[in-house]
Amino acid sequence: MFWRKDKKQDSQAAPVGVIEPVAEKHPEPSLPPREGDRPGETWLSRLGMGLSKSSTKLGQGIADLLTKRKLDQETLDGLEELLITADLGPQTAARVIADFSQDRFGKDLDDNEIKAALSESIARILEPVAVPLAFDRRDEGPFVVLVCGVNGAGKTTTIGKIAHNLQCEGKRVAIAAGDTFRAAAVEQLKVWAERTGSVFLAKDAGSDAAAVAFEAYEAAKRQGVDVLLVDTAGRLHNKSNLMAELQKVIRVLKKHNDNLPHATLLVLDSTTGQNAHAQVETFRDMVNVTGLVVTKLDGSAKGGVVIGLADRFALPIHLIGVGEGIEDLQPFKARDFSDSLVGLQR
Amino acid sequence: MFESLGQKLGKVFTGLRGKGALKEDDVNDAMREIRVALLEADVALPVVKAFIETVKTKAIGQEVIASVTPAQQVVKIVHDALVEMLGSETAELKFTAPPSVYLMVGLQGSGKTTSTAKIARMLSEKQRKKVLMASLDVYRPAAQEQLRQLGAQTDIATLPILAGQKPAEITKRALEAGCLEGFDVVILDTAGRLAIDEEMMAEVALVRDLAKPVETLLVADAMTGQDAVNVAKAFEDKVGLSGIILTRVDGDARGGAALSMKSVTGKPVKFLGTGEKSDALEPFHPDRIAGRILGMGDVVSLVEKAIETVDQNEAEEMARKFQKGQFDFNDLLMQMRQMQKMGGVQSLVKMLPGLGEMASKLDEAGVDDKIIKRQEAIILSMTPQERSKPEILNASRKRRIAEGCGMTVQDVNKLYKQLQQMQTVMKRMKKMGMGKMAGMMQGLMNDKDKEIMAERMQAQGFKGLPGNGGDFLGANPFLKKK
Repeated sequence: MFWRKDKKQDSQAAPVGVIEPVAEKHPEPSLPPREGDRPGETWLSRLGMGLSKSSTKLGQGIADLLTKRKLDQETLDGLEELLITADLGPQTAARVIADFSQDRFGKDLDDNEIKAALSESIARILEPVAVPLAFDRRDEGPFVVLVCGVNGAGKTTTIGKIAHNLQCEGKRVAIAAGDTFRAAAVEQLKVWAERTGSVFLAKDAGSDAAAVAFEAYEAAKRQGVDVLLVDTAGRLHNKSNLMAELQKVIRVLKKHNDNLPHATLLVLDSTTGQNAHAQVETFRDMVNVTGLVVTKLDGSAKGGVVIGLADRFALPIHLIGVGEGIEDLQPFKARDFSDSLVGLQR
Repeated sequence: MFESLGQKLGKVFTGLRGKGALKEDDVNDAMREIRVALLEADVALPVVKAFIETVKTKAIGQEVIASVTPAQQVVKIVHDALVEMLGSETAELKFTAPPSVYLMVGLQGSGKTTSTAKIARMLSEKQRKKVLMASLDVYRPAAQEQLRQLGAQTDIATLPILAGQKPAEITKRALEAGCLEGFDVVILDTAGRLAIDEEMMAEVALVRDLAKPVETLLVADAMTGQDAVNVAKAFEDKVGLSGIILTRVDGDARGGAALSMKSVTGKPVKFLGTGEKSDALEPFHPDRIAGRILGMGDVVSLVEKAIETVDQNEAEEMARKFQKGQFDFNDLLMQMRQMQKMGGVQSLVKMLPGLGEMASKLDEAGVDDKIIKRQEAIILSMTPQERSKPEILNASRKRRIAEGCGMTVQDVNKLYKQLQQMQTVMKRMKKMGMGKMAGMMQGLMNDKDKEIMAERMQAQGFKGLPGNGGDFLGANPFLKKK
């Protein structure tokens, strides 16, 4: 059992089989503490930037559709197709359009009014799930977050960003390297731990992920850490053996405390299409996911699938990833998302 | 992954079945369903529209051929249109004078590094190429280390990592090493990038100009949604592609992205990533995938897999026993293990025509490969004598076996009964003779399956067909190969 707790150059390698108490960690000096007024603006502009392509496309599409004055069936069909191209899926798109056209059918509406109304319909679906996650201790141990998802969704990067945010809030964070399968996954996470000044807890590649989580909790608790983030290997939801492995991680964590993990986050890639439904359903049923993180929203993908997800599963969407930088993780805001999606500038 | 779409279309055509002629209303109904199914399968909207138009014009007004149902006719039309859309033949990798340079591009997390290692391993193992892998990903933490580790695992050379080098510098170094050290192929694994990130797209264009790759492969996730068209188009415009690798095909995404990207770039899907291990890479056969989309199963893949994994001698031995009507627990054990080598019950069922829906039922019923594992455990708890002479099993032996494998006596009984049933079937087969076997097989399939299968087999150069007195069943592990 080789536990590593590298962060600063002066830290010594832990002796075999011993989990060393780790010296007080502070955020790296090179990382400026977050200014209080940042999130609002940054979030909007970043998402705006990310969604700009889709916004202009949708916005332009809406403008093109409005050659006629009255909102007729043809316009509605066009709007529905625009939503489909934003990955809402045929069913959700039809529902949003039905909601939107109620009371408006046959009326005179201009470009901006249509956008605002469409955004309103979408925001109404998203508002109940736009719930921030409070990383506050609930018992004597650290607040434990298990992060899971399919391969390549962005779990490790998300953990790095969450750790950074928490460190900036003055919380002490530990990261456990539960991806013991993929080549260099541990090394990748270690870099993030170093960048964010988090305690890094890992075992050799190939070890049992459940054992990593179990021992990481012990170590994190002993060291008085506030939040423990547990990374897991990417797994496709239809692989029953891999899902069983994830269930084992949770089962083993519960041996410490029945409330563990306090949160189980599913990381979803916004480029994912309708398969996101199957992902959320399976992960929710198998490992009791408590909330979602939607990543890669800075690309041209619109992430419209979350609207259908919100409607169907009502799972909170806590955070969104809008870039590769350490600060590119933002709380999810329904209105901003829906405005950006339809290309509305307020 | 395409089964779900196949199921949906299956339902559409059940509605069409039994009607006498291809009326416009029927076709329109079917097309509406196909449109929704394709959209739910993440095929991009413009592609769906074009596809529907093609199929509709082809279908309406077609003369109804006697002895074929309208459903079969529409299936054929949809199938052909899908094949056409996916590309008409298998695309092989190209080579130049050594070293041939391959460039891997794609979004973040699409599976570039894993695919790089898979292609390298395939080239080195199946085509005896000397391959060098180099990671140009200087952004994601430990990305270069990941490729290095994969190289070490698969025994493929990787370019030594020099910290602080830019992608262009690494490219030059890789090309130099490729020339000097006599590599046949140099694979450049680039960092994931967003198609709308001008700076990063310019960077990969620079690498392309330096390396002049013979293959530029876009690695894309089978789960990708509508954005697949934008991504594929952007990479095609700014970098230029020679092909596409579709990853995570082992998931349950319906993979409409494959159709979208193919039709928007015109570039073939060359490979499918079908697992996390470095040998989980399959060539893409458009006609097979179209068949799978339609839920017709993937018989050719099944046959190839069987040939690849089943030991010829074992199969012949088994066939001899079959013919004698002898079949004991040793044979059952061997059979189970072969089945697992071929990917387990689930994947076998999914590949068989007409059984696409059964696969999901198996899922629901909780039938999975664990059952086989348990049955294996039962057999392993038997003495050699018991295995070869099942009839000596008595109550006390059964109890001992059950305890030995942690199962109940009922489970042991169940397995014994299964064996007896197989023996009965075999004895019957022996009476009928092998010739009638094929006839029996034929009886199990409906006309649609036969038609599709016949077409498929011919396309793949299989001469024999069930019913033609041929030897399709020769690929069956339990029958003697002629």
